[in-house]
Parts: sequence; C-alpha cells; structure tokens
Amino acid sequence: MSTTHAQFRQRAEDLAQPLPHLLAEAEHLAQAVLLGAHGRRRAGMGDEFWQYRPASAGDAVRMIDWRRSARSDTHYVREKEWQAAQSVLVWVDTAQSMDFASDAKLETKAYRAKVLALAISVLLIHGGERVALAALGTPPRSSELQLLRIAQSFADQTPGLDYGVPELRTIPPHSRALMVSDFMGDLAVVELQLGKAVDRGVKGVLYQILDPQEEAFPFDGRTIFESMGKTLSHETLKAGDLRDRYLERLAERKAALADLAREAGWQYACHHTGDSAQSALLWLYGALERRR
Amino acid sequence: MFTLGPIGFTAPWLLLGLIALPILWILLRAVPPAPIRRRFPGVVLLLGLTDDETQTDKTPWWLLLLRTLAIAAIIIGFAGPVLNPKDQTVGTGPLLILVDGTWADARDWQRRVDRIDTALADAARAGRTVAVVRLTDLPGGDLPFQAADGWRARLASLQPVAWVPEPEAVAEWAANLPTTSFETFWLSDGLARNSRDVLLNALEARGAVTVFENPRAVYGLRPAGFADGEIAVTAVRSRAAELAVLTIIARGLDPTGIERELARAEVEFAEGAVEASVALSLPPELRNRITRFEIAGVRSAGAVTLTDDALKRREVALIAGRDDREGLELLSPLHYLKQALEPTADLIEGDLGDILLASPDVLILADVATLAEGEELPLLEWIAKGGLLLRFAGPRLAGSDVSRAQEDPLMPVRLRAGGRNIGGAMSWGEPKALRAFAEGSPFYGLAIPEDVRVSSQVMAQPDPSLAERVIASLADGTPLVTRKRIGQGQVVLFHVTANAEWSTLPLSGLFVQMLERLAVSTRPAAPEAEDLAGTTWVAEEVLDAFGVVRDAGNLPGVSGELLATAVPSSGMPPGLYAGEDRRIAVNVVGREGALEPSVWPARIAVEGFAVARETALKGWLLALALALLLVDILASLWLAGRLRGPRSAVTGILGVLLLLGSQADAQSDDTAALLATSEMALAHVITGDATVDRVAKAGLVGLSDTLWRRTSIEPGEPISVNLETDELSFFPFLYWPVTPDQPLPSVEAYARLNRYLRGGGMILFDTRDADIARFGAASPNGRKLQQLARPLDIPPLEQVPGDHVLTRTFYLLQDFPGRYASRDVWVEAAPPDAEIVEGMPFRNLNDNVTPVVIGGNDWAAAWATDAQGNRMYPVGRGFAGERQRELAMRFGVNLLMYVLTGNYKSDQVHVPALLDRLGQ
Repeated sequence: MSTTHAQFRQRAEDLAQPLPHLLAEAEHLAQAVLLGAHGRRRAGMGDEFWQYRPASAGDAVRMIDWRRSARSDTHYVREKEWQAAQSVLVWVDTAQSMDFASDAKLETKAYRAKVLALAISVLLIHGGERVALAALGTPPRSSELQLLRIAQSFADQTPGLDYGVPELRTIPPHSRALMVSDFMGDLAVVELQLGKAVDRGVKGVLYQILDPQEEAFPFDGRTIFESMGKTLSHETLKAGDLRDRYLERLAERKAALADLAREAGWQYACHHTGDSAQSALLWLYGALERRR
Repeated sequence: MFTLGPIGFTAPWLLLGLIALPILWILLRAVPPAPIRRRFPGVVLLLGLTDDETQTDKTPWWLLLLRTLAIAAIIIGFAGPVLNPKDQTVGTGPLLILVDGTWADARDWQRRVDRIDTALADAARAGRTVAVVRLTDLPGGDLPFQAADGWRARLASLQPVAWVPEPEAVAEWAANLPTTSFETFWLSDGLARNSRDVLLNALEARGAVTVFENPRAVYGLRPAGFADGEIAVTAVRSRAAELAVLTIIARGLDPTGIERELARAEVEFAEGAVEASVALSLPPELRNRITRFEIAGVRSAGAVTLTDDALKRREVALIAGRDDREGLELLSPLHYLKQALEPTADLIEGDLGDILLASPDVLILADVATLAEGEELPLLEWIAKGGLLLRFAGPRLAGSDVSRAQEDPLMPVRLRAGGRNIGGAMSWGEPKALRAFAEGSPFYGLAIPEDVRVSSQVMAQPDPSLAERVIASLADGTPLVTRKRIGQGQVVLFHVTANAEWSTLPLSGLFVQMLERLAVSTRPAAPEAEDLAGTTWVAEEVLDAFGVVRDAGNLPGVSGELLATAVPSSGMPPGLYAGEDRRIAVNVVGREGALEPSVWPARIAVEGFAVARETALKGWLLALALALLLVDILASLWLAGRLRGPRSAVTGILGVLLLLGSQADAQSDDTAALLATSEMALAHVITGDATVDRVAKAGLVGLSDTLWRRTSIEPGEPISVNLETDELSFFPFLYWPVTPDQPLPSVEAYARLNRYLRGGGMILFDTRDADIARFGAASPNGRKLQQLARPLDIPPLEQVPGDHVLTRTFYLLQDFPGRYASRDVWVEAAPPDAEIVEGMPFRNLNDNVTPVVIGGNDWAAAWATDAQGNRMYPVGRGFAGERQRELAMRFGVNLLMYVLTGNYKSDQVHVPALLDRLGQ
C-alpha cells in the first residue's frame, strides 16, 4: 500500500518538478512588466467603472443607475470600461535545433523560447487576454488553468523534428500570433503560414532566438558540423574560411525574415540567449501591445 | 668509428635511415589532420559552401619540416653521435695510470679523477687492462692490472695524501717493476722530486709514457714566525709566473671555543717571484688564539700551516730582590710587571734555581743586586741559549758594588755609585722626560706619553761600548735602558725601578709596549734535534691532503728524531704533535721549504687540462626529438582549431593553475596573518580535545563580547592557535587550557613559545580542576601542566598578592573565580626588594607584565557563550552563582586590561601625589 503511495508521489513530484520552475521564472519575468489593468480606455463591456453619462433614448431602463440618478434630475447610465479580450496564439518551435546551447552557462534556445512564451502568456492572461498554444490545439482561454496547461505542454520532452515547421492551426480571425523559433528551417513554410495568417487578418510577431555561437561562428580547422538530429552534416577543412560566408548567409536569412514580417505587417526581432530575457520580454510585450 | 668533423658516430649505419626522410615527407603530406565533430544547428547555412583553398587538406610545410626534423633527430640520436671522440689515442696492451697522489694534487683532485675516468673509459672501450697506482701508496707485488670498469667503480675512493712519496720506496718500486711492456699515463702533481727521474727511466723502458700535469703554479705556506714583533707569513709558489695576490687567513678559536677567522692579509707575488711575505701585527690576545694560517681558496694541505707553541704565550719568570714589605702591594717591585705581563704571558715565580729548570723565555730580576755563586753560571748558559734577562734597578742595585769597577757579565753596562736624583726636595732640576727612541732600538716607533717622568735612576759609566748598548735614553742623553747580547740571548737593564718609586714609566702604557717589544723579540727558534731525541710525541690534530684539520684519533706516537726532521710522511702526517710540555706543528711546507716545478724531458708528451672532453650527444638529440614532437602536438592542435574555440579557455586556465598552484599556500598563510592582525584578537591553544577547544573558543567569544560592551577593548573573532604551525607574535594573550592527554609541543614550538613570552606575550594556563585539586602535581592536569611548562622560560612565581596590578586594572578585585572559585592563582613573583613606601597603598611592583598566569578555575567555561549569546555552563547556584560569573567576567576584563596596558594602573596610583606636588 505504502509502496503504491510512494510511487504515486514520486511520479507526481517528477511531473510537477519542471512546472513550478518554468512558471515561477515566467511569473518573475512578467512581474517586472505588469503595469496594471489593461483596459481599452473606452466604454464597453467590462467590470471596471468607466463613467456616468446621461441616459438617452434607446437605453434600456435597467441600464439606468438609480443611485446616481437620484442625486440629480436627469437619469444617468453607469458605463463600464470596455475590456474586450484579445486572442493571442503562441507557437514555440520545439524542434531539436532549439535544444542547443554553446556553453554550459547559457540556456538552450528552447528554454529561453519557452520562458519567454510563458512569461508573455502570464502577462497577457493577467491583462485579461486569451492565450492559446498552437501545439495544444485548444481555443484561446484566459484562465490561470490555461497557463498551467501551457507550462505542462512545455514540460513535454519528446524530441521533435530536426528543424521546426511553424503551424498556426485553429487561429481565430483577427487575433494575434507570436512565433518563437530560430527560423533555421525552411523559410518557405514560414512564408506560407504567414500568408495564411495574414489572410485571416492576424497580426503578430516573428521572434528569432539564436545562440551567440551561431551569431559568431568561432570555429577553425578541419571540422564536421552536424545538425542536432544528425540528419545534416557538412565537412570543411578550414572552418575559419567559412566564417564570412556563413555570417553573410545568416544576415540574408534575417533580412528575409524581416522583409516577410514587414510585408505581412508583422514585427520581427532577433534575440540571443546570451542577452537578458527581461529586455526581450519587454520588447515582446510592447510589440504585442502596440497593435491594439 | 665514423667521424664528421668533431663528431663521431658509434653506429653510423643507422644514418642510412635519413634516406627515408623524403618518403616520410610525401607520406605525411598526404595525411590531413583529423577533423573535429561538432553539433551546430547553423549547419543549414553551411550546406553547399566549399573550401576556397583545396591545398589545406595537406599538412602545412612547416609542420612537415618540424616532423621531419624530429625524425631526423631520432635517427641521428640512435646513430650514437659523440662530440670530440678520442679514438685517435687508443693504444693497445696494458695501461698503467700513475698518480702522484700528494697534497699538491688536492687542489684539482676532482679534475684529475675526471681525467682518470676518461682514460679508463677509453681503455674500457679498447678492452685494455689497467692498473691505477698512487706513488704515495705503492702496491706490493705485481702491478694490479684489471679490467678498466673495475677501476672506474673504485675511482671515488681514490684520495690524495698530505705528504710526498718517499724516494727510497719509489726507487725500490721502480727497480722491481715487471719486465712486461705496458704504456704509462702519469698524472704528475707538478712539483720537482728527485725520485722522478729514476722512475721515468724505468717506465720508459716498459713502454710509452704520457704525462698529465696542471700547468698552473702550486701554492704553499711556510710556517709563520716572528720577525720584529710581528708575525711573518711567507707564501711560496712553484712557478714564477705573473703577478698574483693571495689572501691569507688566520684562523683560531674565539673565546667561546668556536673557530673563526681572526685576521686576514693579502700577500702579493711580484712578477717572476716565487716567494712573498706579509707581516701581521696582531694584539697578543688574538695572536695567542691563532691555530693555523691558510691561503683562501686553495684546497691543499700545502696551503695550510699550523701554528704551534712558537706563537703561543711566553713564560716569564719574575724574581724580586725585596719582599720584606708585606702587604704594600702597590709598592711591590713586581706589581706593575705582573699587571703588564699577566694578559699575554705565563708568569713563573720562585727560586732562581727552580725557575731555570723550567726554562722560561724571559727572566726578570727586579732590583736584585747580586746572585749566589752557583746561580750565575747556569743563568749565563741560559742566556747564551736564547734567554732574555731583564733587570730593573732599585735602591739595592744602586747601593751595591755590582758592575762598578768591572762590568758584571749579567749587567749590560758598568754603573756609577749611588745613582742620581733629579727634581727632588734636595736636588736641582726637573724630573726628566724620555728622548724619542732612536732607529735601531727595539722600541723604535713607540709613542712616548708626555707625562712619563724619571726622577731617579742609576747611572751608566761612560764606556766605549756604551753608545751601542743604549736602546733608550732620557732627554738629557743619560741611558735609561741598556742592552747587551750574550750568545743568542741578551741582558737588558732598565735604569729605573719596576715600580713607580723612581719614575712614572711603570704607570704608563709605554711600559707595557716596551715589555711587549722586548719579550716578543725573544722567541725560541725551531726545536733542535737533540732536544727531541728520545722523546715521543702524539698527534693531536692532523691535516688531510685537502688542508682540512681533523682530529687525530689514536694515531701511533712519533719519535722525537722523526719529528726533528719535520718532513711529513705516512708515519707522521702533517699536524700538531704534543709532547710533555709543548706542541710542535709538522707542516707540509717546511720553514725553508721551496716549491720547485717539475721538469720533464722534451721527449715526454705533457698534457694539460685543455683536452676536449668526449661528449655523447645521443641524449641531447633524443631530447630534441621529444621537444620537437611536443611542439608538433601543439601545432597540430592549433591547426585543427582545438587550441582556439570553446575549450581554449580551459587549457589556458590549466596552464595558469599549474603556475599558480605553488603560490596558493603562501597566500593562505598571509590570509591568516591578516585575519589575526587586522583586529586585536584573543587566542587559545588547540589542545586536541574537541570539547575543551570548543569551550575555550566559546569562552573567548563571551569574554570578547564583555570587553566590547564594557571597555574600550574591541577584540575581533577569537582565533584558535596551533602551536606547531601558527605564528604567535600576533596575539597579546593566549588562553591555554590543560588537558591530561594533550601532546607536548615540539622543540621548535617551544622555541617559538619562549620567544613569544620574552617578547611580551602572556599565557593563561588553566588546569580546569580547581573543584577537585589544589595547584600542584595532585591532579593529572597539574602534572601535565608541569610537563608542558618545564621547557618554558618562566620566572619564579607567587600567588597573586593583594596589591598586584591585576587586582585593580579595571575593576577592584580580590578573587579571581571562574567556574570554580579557588584562590590559587599564580603570577610572576614580585622582586624581593619591593617594599611599601610610606603613604603609598601598594608596593611598587615589577615593571613588566607577568608572562604567565596559572590557575585552575576553568575561566573559559564561566565566560562561554553560545551562538545566541546564552551562557553555556552554569556557575554556582542562584544569585551567588551569577555574582561569581560576574566576578569571572571582571577577572577576564582585568586580565586583558593588564595584558594591554601593563602596569599603567600601578602608576596611576601615584597621580594624586604628583598632582599634589604640582600644586593643584
């Protein structure tokens, strides 16, 4: 009996173990950004009081605020601030290429991507928005439970493809989207997905996360480079000679992504795992907020 | 052996391997460096990129060159290269290596051994048998021809001796040499010797002779002797070469018995001179201590000369004519003489007959007019053999008829009757001063003090011989000191008394100097053979060939006849020989010894040290190959990009760590010192008992807190001190709890503790057993305390007196309780002359802080607080207990105040009196 209990407990601990950490870090990140209620600054559906206005024709009688009206001769309607929630779909690249950190002191790209995604989710849900994770396939929701679900899905460690393929399934029209990836895979797929999203009137952010080593290419000598899933490999005799051309190609790819984003009316930014996650979150928050 | 210039090869066929080098070149070129596998997501961006330079898949040329050189070094190394190979001189047949083995060899013995080793190595390579023979230690029977390797093993035990070969033995050995032919290699010591020619002829009859000789001069030191009151040291050399300056060192025992350098002088060989002297003027006290002279920097028995009695204290016999005035010491005629001679001479007093038997160097007769009939003749004989008879005038001599009409043989001059008085109450004139000493007088050069006046003297009769006998005179020209030579000796007469009655001369330093000059110039010459005949002498110290003085051990005695020859031999090694009443030194270089360079006939090849040594290069070449391969490793890593990139930092750090590792210890020491000195800290001794140590530390923490709260002493964290390793001088105060089983500190630790106590530190010994035992050996802790404290430098102790400064440095206390309240607390005893001064409440006690306080009240337990500041141990019961703890705290405060301020509080007692006196 006790054995089963111990086993349960052990498993529960194992399961729960990554969650609080990721959540806590995301909450911690979000805490610094959370500024308060994110109202629309106009009257509408919502919980918060906005203003009293004189009742006009067409206002239902039950909308009249009698307490206010009793203090004057006219009837007043109590208006609430419009707090229409926005839907945000987050896609985080879970491919193996994200599982790379050049240094033991650095986080992997995947970890940074998940932390940022979760943190922005925390921010958005606290701000009253609805958030969904593309990988979950659930509709956007704005509850703390949704955060837990997202975190749980991040804890799933099954190895994916070598390079990520973006998919924005079940995206509601006119919602927001956040794509976090290293964008090392096929750009054509990104373009396709982006096109579909734009067709549905979706605006959003392309967020590229790179390792500092991918940016610097500090290699030399005879080297065989392999992708994380070992599906691709490239051998060179003098890696140092390739540096310039590699950097050129990287710059091209970034430019292509930036172009794509601009044409679609999206935003694009590149973040390195060596940099502070805080500033990245601020930027992300601003990028998602600005379009409202 | 195949040779290329100065290099020969023992296995030249291996050099053919060098042909393979070009093949190696091509092979190596074809193999590129191994690749590194790297995970890198950015590989997508690399796909399709090609390398610009197709050539880089080959090894770069300089790496190839490096590897080729390494291989070449290995091939050449195994081919056995030898620098300056010596196969030209290899002969055949047996080889006799003849070594002189004398003291003259000792100066460059190691080079000689090396040369023999080289010769043996050559012979071993050629498979020749060898005999190594020392001329000073000739083997009996046939020549010991053996395999050369056997001799090489014994080479280290080959040593020179401190004498030269005996000519008869050498001649006999030469005559009995075997008739078989052999080659001879003769290592000569470079000194001429009669026995050489015979031996050379005999050896040349057996085969070729090669001579090896150091072309540089051999230096020697003759025995030191007296010349004109100074020590003359003469150095000789074998070759009249260029100008050379040697340093001569006089060594001897200092008053504590430690051998020291007593004097040093430079002696300069003029160009072309083989002899050079230096005169050392030393105070007699120093001179008497000299045991040997040596030439600095020359390791050879010839460069050392031992001194014997010739430089020692003289024996001076004193006889006074008038000894009836008992008790008037200053008027005794001998008083001033004794005072003057005591430090430098052995004084003998007695009858003339007894004294002459003792054969003194000097005999002084103070105001003795006539001698008995039988005594005159032996005295004259003694003088003729070199004795110095020193006479002083006086009332008796002046009143007698001695040497009046006719010159007495024991007087230098004839005397006028009566003498004269100058400047007295009944005479005209002033007392006379001395005239400057004339050149030729033994006193020449001595400064005459102004205050020396002569008021009475005996007068010499003018004689034809008077002028030459006067060695000192008064300002008016009358003789003051006269001298006459008799045989080897002399008679000297002072025309005044030996006391201050007639002149002030005995009161002046000049008197001592004059005696010095006179007595020194009477040294006996070398002992005669007939003196030594029939006596036996025992060696006290002997010199080895290297000039090192060794204890003689139990060498057999030496007959006087042999000693008289003064030629060292195997039976009589150079050294110091003691007889019945004197000691005689036998030195390598005799009194008249000279060093003649050896002369070889022109047909003999003489080899110097300039022979280029054979050097095997194999090891060096292999080491070079290894070094090149190491460089190759680094270069390959660099080429493959492994020296840069992510792990290069690790490599660098490893290298830096290796360099810094050794400094880590020093830094930790510094940290401890900084910790101990940045703040005043209390310290306790680590006893090894964990509980006691913990309580001691906690006690000091509690005391530190109390001090911090109540006084201006603000101690830092208490420090635990390991007596064996830690520096004590940082701590003003050490708490030392005594446990029965703590180990005794080492000797070095005790030395440090004593230094600490002398330097003003204080140790509080706590036996922690006052509840069960009184102070003393009654408890195991007390016995341990006695053991611990025995090597410590602790003054006499007493129980804390009621007026000790400790009772009033901060609080007024009379008891010093800790956890236990025993009154047995001991401190340094007050000086026995400390007394209560009228009007003062306390004695004026010792001026310094007691180095130890000893008790058993377990103070640390009473002081101890834990981390929260709570008391760790209960003290007593109830309010009385708390009072006792408070008193324990106060004792701690008082003790620390006492440690840090000394007797300041004791002095404060006097403040009211001082203020009163200042009128305030």
